[in-house]
Amino acid sequence: MEGDIEVMGRLIGAGLACTGMGGAAVGVGHVVGNFLAGALRNPAAAAGQTATMFIGIAFAEALGIFSFLVALLLMYAF
Amino acid sequence: MATEETGGFNIHPMDQFVVKPLFGGDELHWYTVTNQTLWLFLTVVVIVLLMVVSVRGRAMVPTRSQSIAEVIYGFVRKMIEDIAGQEGLKYFPYIFTLFMFILVANVIGLLPKSFTTTSHIVVTGVLAMAVFISVTVLGFVKHGLGFLKLFWIGSAPLPLRPVLLIIEVISYFVRPLSHSIRLAGNMMAGHAVIKVFAGFAGAMGLGAIAPIFAIVAVYGLETLVVCIQAYVFTILTCVYLNDALHPGH
Repeated sequence: MEGDIEVMGRLIGAGLACTGMGGAAVGVGHVVGNFLAGALRNPAAAAGQTATMFIGIAFAEALGIFSFLVALLLMYAF
Repeated sequence: MATEETGGFNIHPMDQFVVKPLFGGDELHWYTVTNQTLWLFLTVVVIVLLMVVSVRGRAMVPTRSQSIAEVIYGFVRKMIEDIAGQEGLKYFPYIFTLFMFILVANVIGLLPKSFTTTSHIVVTGVLAMAVFISVTVLGFVKHGLGFLKLFWIGSAPLPLRPVLLIIEVISYFVRPLSHSIRLAGNMMAGHAVIKVFAGFAGAMGLGAIAPIFAIVAVYGLETLVVCIQAYVFTILTCVYLNDALHPGH
């Protein structure tokens, strides 16, 4: 058990940053779940809104990706 | 970290993303032919085969490959029309090129032993910066300084507008970043997950049947994800294009 305490801190920080992805998972699930709830009530209107759903997913996902980016920066960029 | 581990667990999930020269040597120059170059070239070859060679017959009753090309064409055209409106169709060639390139690069990156070019932020970053710059230039060319209305939201209450201005400016400039990292991150993460499961299978001996089923499942999911990510990249390009064409909220 030897090593650099800085490396340890970076790896722990990267792991902590990845918890942010859980938030993105909740967000994406919320978007799709609400889309499905609406689509089951009015299936006729659902087909026209799938593009909107994907845009919503993409925006929700972007914030999770920033946490992934922080993890990558901590591991490789310093 | 111990490098000499016992038991078969020695598959490094990130090794598949290493860019290395194809023809000997370890040095990388801008002209070096690497595995990256090879797979980018193969992407272009596949696109040419699908979109140029297969529709050469221009048959009234399409062959299989021609109908694939026609379906993709109609799909992208409808996407642009729905989101950016009739005006957006002028930029169809660019968006279609983006979609085809990303889709084919993602899909051939799924082949075993292949190299996923879109898992590198270099590749996706160039694509995203090209979209960002061209959309910004287009907005200023079309509307002059009126393009800045994108940041000054007229429909919001006046005291709220400066706050929204800051938020809008930040979200505008973060676009190329999220646009590129979304694609690269999804590709990288998915392929790394497959490799991690492959490492489990190597370490478990006869019990490897469980991770192998997991690999099959994840691979199926990845096939979905690569198509959806190409779709998402393109649809966001359409959204940004729509912002440039109609900047008022």
